[in-house]
Amino acid sequence: MAKKSNTTAGEARDRVNARLKGRDAETQKKLLGLADMVTKKVLGGNEPIIDIPTRSRSNTTWNKKRGILEMGDAKQGRQLFNLNQAKQFMQTLLHASTIKDLIEVNKTSSLRGVYYKAKHTVAGTKENTFDDQDESDPILEDLEVSLNCLREELHLFAAPAGGMVGNITILDRGDEINCRRMGSGGYQLPSIVEPDIIEFKKCEAKFVLHVEKGTVWQRFNEDRFWEEHNCILTHGGGQPPRGCRRLLQRLARELKLPIICLLDCDPWGHYIYSVIKQGSISLAFESSRLAIPEAKFLGIRAKDFVACNLSDAVKIDLSENDIKRAKEIAAYPWFEKHKGWQKEIELMLDNGFKMEVESLINKGISYVTEEYVPERLRKKDWLD
Amino acid sequence: MPTVTAPKEPAPSSKSKGAPKPRGSNAEEMATRQRDISVSEFFAKNRHLLGFDNPRKALLTTVKEAVDNSLDACEEGGILPEIVVLIEDLQPDRAATAKSSRYRVTVVDNGPGIVRKQVENIFGRLLYGSKFHRLKMSRGQQGIGISAAGMYGLITTGRPMLIFTKPKASQPAHHIELAMNTKTNRAEVTIDEETKDFPPSRLRSVAPGARALAAEGLLLDPAAFPTGTSVSIEMEGRYQKGRGSVDEFLELTAIANPHARIVFVAPSRESGADEDESLPLTKPPTTQTAAPGAGPTVTTELNGGIVFPRGVAELPPETKEIQPHPKGIELGILLQMLKDFDATSGGTLYTFLQECFCRISPQTASSFCSKIGVTTRTKAGDIEPRTAEALFKEFESAKLPPPPTDCLAPIGVRQLLAGMLKGVRAEFYAASSREAAVYRGRPFQIEAAIAFGGELPADDTARVIRFANRVPLLFQQSACSSFKAVTETAWKNYNLSQPRGGLPVGPLVIMIHMASVWVPFTSESKEAIADYDEIRKEMKLALMECGRKLGTYLRKRQKMRREGERRDVFEKYIGEISKAVHAINGTDAKKLYDVLLAQARERTAVADQLLDEDGKVVRNDPIDDDGVIVVESAAAPPPNIASAPLPPDPSASAAGSPNRRSKASRSSKNAPDQAKLFS
Repeated sequence: MAKKSNTTAGEARDRVNARLKGRDAETQKKLLGLADMVTKKVLGGNEPIIDIPTRSRSNTTWNKKRGILEMGDAKQGRQLFNLNQAKQFMQTLLHASTIKDLIEVNKTSSLRGVYYKAKHTVAGTKENTFDDQDESDPILEDLEVSLNCLREELHLFAAPAGGMVGNITILDRGDEINCRRMGSGGYQLPSIVEPDIIEFKKCEAKFVLHVEKGTVWQRFNEDRFWEEHNCILTHGGGQPPRGCRRLLQRLARELKLPIICLLDCDPWGHYIYSVIKQGSISLAFESSRLAIPEAKFLGIRAKDFVACNLSDAVKIDLSENDIKRAKEIAAYPWFEKHKGWQKEIELMLDNGFKMEVESLINKGISYVTEEYVPERLRKKDWLD
Repeated sequence: MPTVTAPKEPAPSSKSKGAPKPRGSNAEEMATRQRDISVSEFFAKNRHLLGFDNPRKALLTTVKEAVDNSLDACEEGGILPEIVVLIEDLQPDRAATAKSSRYRVTVVDNGPGIVRKQVENIFGRLLYGSKFHRLKMSRGQQGIGISAAGMYGLITTGRPMLIFTKPKASQPAHHIELAMNTKTNRAEVTIDEETKDFPPSRLRSVAPGARALAAEGLLLDPAAFPTGTSVSIEMEGRYQKGRGSVDEFLELTAIANPHARIVFVAPSRESGADEDESLPLTKPPTTQTAAPGAGPTVTTELNGGIVFPRGVAELPPETKEIQPHPKGIELGILLQMLKDFDATSGGTLYTFLQECFCRISPQTASSFCSKIGVTTRTKAGDIEPRTAEALFKEFESAKLPPPPTDCLAPIGVRQLLAGMLKGVRAEFYAASSREAAVYRGRPFQIEAAIAFGGELPADDTARVIRFANRVPLLFQQSACSSFKAVTETAWKNYNLSQPRGGLPVGPLVIMIHMASVWVPFTSESKEAIADYDEIRKEMKLALMECGRKLGTYLRKRQKMRREGERRDVFEKYIGEISKAVHAINGTDAKKLYDVLLAQARERTAVADQLLDEDGKVVRNDPIDDDGVIVVESAAAPPPNIASAPLPPDPSASAAGSPNRRSKASRSSKNAPDQAKLFS
């Protein structure tokens, strides 16, 4: 338990801890509920079964009205006395026990850490409880879903990824972070960005520009783009992790900031945008907290090759896989009826090549920050 | 004595000048050269007819004849046989490439012994014996036997036979050395003494193997031989293991005669440098500490000697002699029988039919008489050959009940299993004994047994071991009816693979035994059973019965293995789960564990079932009366069936001997150690 302190920062931290305690109690109750359910079933002479909502395509629907992917109600019972599921049953309970320990000592752990904590040789055999982290992570997700707890509530954090600078001040576990003064490195987005951890203190920015890669973000930071255009500048390090998406959503909901994405012109970039916008299948149960249906796709657009008069050097041919992927994306329910997107993907396929954001450097080192993005912002030239 | 005409000698060639003498002698000249040949002389030059074709076979035949005689004698005397076979190498320093060597073969038994008067007749005279004239199930079917071996030894080494025999426990044994005179077919005795040294103590130290066994009290303990006989023959022979060897003969004899205890002390090395594939049915451990006092319970090798222990403690039932059945004789025999009957009693044909044949009632006899046109008062001696022929034809077409079968003494399911159990290291045994049947008027009975799994090689074809009247048949396998029966059985139905027309493949030993008053052989060498439809049919039925039991076992075993594996998986995780739940909500981990374990056991209950053909609960007997034995684990020592009392007495048998029940459960050695779990 944290000691009580007498500085303002310290008091702020204490406040946070108090909030967390309440939340932890809730989580503990849920874990207890799981164990009790198993105990009751077993001692009553019945087979213990854990119901886990199915996280597959078939159990995911697109809620048109809300504009997000949602998980259905289908559940799968995980049984002990089933050869295919016995091991996972055991693993689920093991992790539940591990998390309870974490909560009790009030510490968080990474996914890999939990994996190590629970990994040992099954007594009396030569088999390990877990052989690979790939076995462990899905079990933790299963717990999240079946207990209806956020990962953060289970005291699990992922590696931080993504960065932020901009005209905003936040409180991070009580520590004040002025994002105008984060230097060349920027504020690294933590894994857990819930309101109990991250509080928005003061914000003057008018929008958020989200880019795909850290290197692109560097360009924008160095050119102090955020200062000039009064915005917040974020990146997700590729496919943005939960923390990043959550934060973007909070910025969009709580501060009502438009989210503008600058991604590569290729199926991967389109997919990133799609996830930001609608949510993902694997995290469909989190869509309500992560999806930003109103996010905008600024570029790179397929038409830019001609519009910006780019040289042939920036072209990268579309592979078989790319084409297949592009068609899949075009078939997503939220793009299917979207004329703009249909045209966009069609054009890209017609072009037969893809383009990266960084290739704009071909036209000039700061072309992207000084001309490309500002022009499109002015004209509101984006897809949504 | 039968007369055989000597072959014609070549005419002396004339070297006179002028016209050569015309070829060919006249009848008178030829007559001067013809003379009687004694039986012994004939066989001396035709050894192959007796089984002495080559040195290796000679050694085998000698052992075979002596052991067969010993077993017969013991059984007739009502004694559980104790037989010791020792082969001494008399030329151990010969060259490594020498194809044969001089051996002394000694066979000792604890039978009733032989009275002094009969010794010469039995050992020194061909075609003399008690079995030839009777229609009775017995091992040897001719009287040639041991005398031929003695003759062979004499021919090849010039040494006489050495015999010890003790017909009375209270009196000293006879010590006799004799050699056969082939011209007179009579024995000539060179030594004739009495001695108290029986069994001859010299034999106990004849080889390191013998010494080792004697030290354990397993060899020639005088207390075990109050009466008995010992025969030693020196001969030119070749000792080589493998198919058709002395070793194989003794192993198989031990299996078919589980009431006998056999000890074999072999020469230390084999003749010749050839590498013969050794096909022992057992893979005995090189050393084994015998159970205190009891001796080994399976075939065991101890320092060069092999002990084939006793498997059951009862002698086989006595067989009765029967009269021939009308459908089982030939015309020539019928004529001879008429003549003999007339000579001995001069009675009527009517009486002759009833007395000299089985299954002829007075009504049947008078019906025969009228059919061939004679009255019931016609004398047997007055029957002309033509009438006899008519009678013979009547026999063939008449409807007669089949011959009695109490002349047969089959080995029996229990004994078959006991024999296989101690002789073959496997995990599953099944046996089946058919009802008696008839071929050509002669009763016979087929029995089969199989051993599967365990230490038998899984990639080889099955091994077929064949027996006739408890004697192993070692040669001419493919000509034998039993072999054909095996290849014609569809082993695929019992979960085994089998190429077309061939033997099944797998860790399998198949035993077939034919018991009959007259086993039909394909040749004079008596190695392969002739192919009669009735016989082959019975064999296949017996094999199918065993096969079905095997099939049931294999299917059950597969299922149990699966269930066992399932149970193992669950049991592994239950410990972890109990601990985890306890950590979360504090429930007593042990309590959870026990309940979960019980649930797991319930769900995988098949693995615990007592194995039985039809799903019945198996009784506690070590041998299932349904003819199946399953070994729980290869490590468990087999039960000492000899010491187990006969069923029905399950309580007693469960008490003493190690329990090898018909159960194939997975022991819970995979379940986590409970103490460790909850500490």
